[in-house]
Amino acid sequence: MNLYNLTIHQAHQLLKSKEVSSVELTKAVLKRIAEAEEKVRALVTVTEEIALLQAEQADQRIRAGDFTPLTGVPAVIKDNMCTKGIRTTCSSRMLENFVPPYDATVVEWLKDAGLVMVGKGNMDEFAMGSSNEHSAFAITPNPWDLSRVPGGSSGGPAVGVAVGEAIYALGSDTGGSIRQPAGFCNIVGFKPTYGRVSRYGLVAFASSLDQIGPMTKDVADSALVMNFIAGYDPRDSTSVNYPVPDYTKSLIPDLNGLRLGVPKEYFVEGMQEGVEEVMRTAIAKLEELGATVDWEVSLPHTEYALAAYYLIAPSEAMANLARYDGVKYGFSYEGESMWDAMERTRQLGFGPEVKRRIILGTYALSAGYYDAYYLKAQKVRTLIRREFADAFERYDALITPTSPTVPFKIGEKVDDPLQMYLSDVCTLPINIAGIPGLSVPAGFADGLPVGMQILGKPFSEETLLRIGFAYEQQTRWGERRPEI
Amino acid sequence: MKLSREEVKHIALLARLGLSEEEMERFRGQLSNILENFEVLKQVDTSDVPPTAYPISLENVVREDEAAPSFTQSEILANAPRQEEGCFRVRAVLE
Repeated sequence: MNLYNLTIHQAHQLLKSKEVSSVELTKAVLKRIAEAEEKVRALVTVTEEIALLQAEQADQRIRAGDFTPLTGVPAVIKDNMCTKGIRTTCSSRMLENFVPPYDATVVEWLKDAGLVMVGKGNMDEFAMGSSNEHSAFAITPNPWDLSRVPGGSSGGPAVGVAVGEAIYALGSDTGGSIRQPAGFCNIVGFKPTYGRVSRYGLVAFASSLDQIGPMTKDVADSALVMNFIAGYDPRDSTSVNYPVPDYTKSLIPDLNGLRLGVPKEYFVEGMQEGVEEVMRTAIAKLEELGATVDWEVSLPHTEYALAAYYLIAPSEAMANLARYDGVKYGFSYEGESMWDAMERTRQLGFGPEVKRRIILGTYALSAGYYDAYYLKAQKVRTLIRREFADAFERYDALITPTSPTVPFKIGEKVDDPLQMYLSDVCTLPINIAGIPGLSVPAGFADGLPVGMQILGKPFSEETLLRIGFAYEQQTRWGERRPEI
Repeated sequence: MKLSREEVKHIALLARLGLSEEEMERFRGQLSNILENFEVLKQVDTSDVPPTAYPISLENVVREDEAAPSFTQSEILANAPRQEEGCFRVRAVLE
């Protein structure tokens, strides 16, 4: 087996027993990057020197007996998390040369645990998109079929993990940006409860929806990463001070006593037949593992989630992106006057999807439309939250597909924003409600990966990991790797 | 909801976002289509439903006002497109 295909827990065993050093493992991953990157373009920046330096430090820690399960294990960080001294671009011209003076909290905490960072992951610009086609720098193709998209916005991290350019990655998820690309690339993607992981140093897109989470090769790795990134951070005022369990304790290989529900609204019109088939087989497997399954759950407000989301997220985005004025950092156009400089800076610095969302958000918040659009969407948000809360009175978790289709073709939806938005239809209600969602590999349709999404009430991460783990132990879909 | 060209122009001005003629026309069509689809929200009865701004309940978050090390001037100015005498240089606001 190639070292780059290892999981975190496998790598950790080899590091701990000193069969492999972190420098050897890191070199294997860097070599893999050198050979695969030409095809997949999953990374905006490769941080080879820093990785090797961190690997040497990790080896010293391991020799000294002062290490964690993440020490010396190579990772990719999505390029919207600030890394001190290393450019953080959000895959945007606007931040092409931005070098943060500080680390995001998650990066700081991973460094304490022994991070080896091999690169920064490509993404849709400012995390706005579902296909990675909105990166200003490169289109990352899906490693299972290079003519298709890897999903987005964390497409680079997902592909990086899938092809072995990293042992694990951190992504961010505002409407499905961890889970959808994880599903499309046959890896595990976890969006924790809103407030569970600090957003300090995550470049803001939609502040009431954004959340950082692990993208890994299996569920055990997801639990391991959660152990190091979850927790209260006073620098993020929306961070929740709630005890952090040892997530690896929830990896129990049966589902006895669990009550699961399948909301019928997630088996939507336009859903691909093959995906539905995979899902029915997967859910039957959960029953076999000891869970009781109610196939007839209804969440009637689901159909309004898309509209509510695409009013709330752009409204928050337009406010967050107002800071890019060409004065303090980022791209700056000289211009004829102050206003001209500002307008041209934003025209030349932002790509089409970002502009579209700024306009949509500005419209939804403008005088005369605020009540009809933004406020209405926030009220619908309340109804969606309540509906989930009611369902979780009766069920320990809900099971849905992660996406209604397998990965679509590059170019297929890029000029039709509404069609692109619809590809998030199964994932965005979860951000609206602020609940956790885990996507695990569930099989293949037409030779392409299908993800199963597991949802729970706030702070039920352990239940979701248990379900994902039990399912994975029985099926092992995620062990299949694309040939690149 | 059909957006007019004038409306798109006005919104772009509010957002201080320069747009070419071509962009303005393309966004007008796409956003009209999107907003038309969002009319579906009108079907939802939201009388007596409070809005949700954040998915978790937040009280005012306060902390002690304690002095702590901060960034240096040069660290903060390192990313400045234009600087002068240790300050960000900006265009004249009043002309």
